[in-house]
Amino acid sequence: MREALDQWDFVVAAYAVGVIGTLGMVAWAWFDMQRAEKRRDESRRK
Amino acid sequence: MHGFANPKRFLSLAAWLTPALLIGGLLTSAAALYWGLFQVPPDRLMGETVRILFLHVPAAWLGMGGWMAIALSSLAFLVWRHPLAALAARAAALPGLAFTIICLATGSIWGRPTWGTWWVWDGRLTSMLVLAFLYAAYIALAQAAQREGLSPRIPALFGLLGAINIPIINRSVVWWNSLHQPPSITVGKSAIDAEFLIPLLVAVIGFSLLFGGVVLARMRALLADIQAEARLRRRAMEAV
Repeated sequence: MREALDQWDFVVAAYAVGVIGTLGMVAWAWFDMQRAEKRRDESRRK
Repeated sequence: MHGFANPKRFLSLAAWLTPALLIGGLLTSAAALYWGLFQVPPDRLMGETVRILFLHVPAAWLGMGGWMAIALSSLAFLVWRHPLAALAARAAALPGLAFTIICLATGSIWGRPTWGTWWVWDGRLTSMLVLAFLYAAYIALAQAAQREGLSPRIPALFGLLGAINIPIINRSVVWWNSLHQPPSITVGKSAIDAEFLIPLLVAVIGFSLLFGGVVLARMRALLADIQAEARLRRRAMEAV
């Protein structure tokens, strides 16, 4: 018996993995940079 | 080029270039993905799944490009001893690993409806998986070198040696039998119709801008951590 595959399910799954992964990486890099620069600026003031 | 090895000059350039690359990359990638999802017609053979191309190919390009950035920065560090070059290599590792994983995951999802399997141990897929392991090893090695005070030349040499895998990935579909299609785009030639090729190039540009923005953000974070730690150490020495 042949499996019925809806091609759009695979497209949506691939886009979800790609978009969530990319946005997660961008957000993490941006907030980690802000955290590190804030820490450096605070160490200058002390 | 050597002028940007000055951390002060680098920071003044990166201050405006980081958000510019990230915003430009987000807008361009979003436009390319919308184009690929809703404007491009289904392919004659692959049907709707051809839309995965607009994510899978930029991810593959940046997975390999990320390691080339590590290798070139490592070479610059070994030859000219620029500390920023070592930092650039470390900064490229995490986005490179992320895009390699995205390439493997989207490729696996694409493989199921087109090849009838999620995974095959052929040259292309296996060499790409090896790239993911090389990234993980490089990240662990660079962190250990910094933590234990080892020479940054060790991860730099590993970065250079690991570049051997890049031509293997590139030529794998020519050297060995594979379910993966042969190269569709070579120098000056493309087997892809313009209807697919143009949004694909826009997606590659968009994701490359994002990659550049993330590398700059990582470099700024690593540099700030080094500067803060050096200041705290100096203060601790003065207090003794």
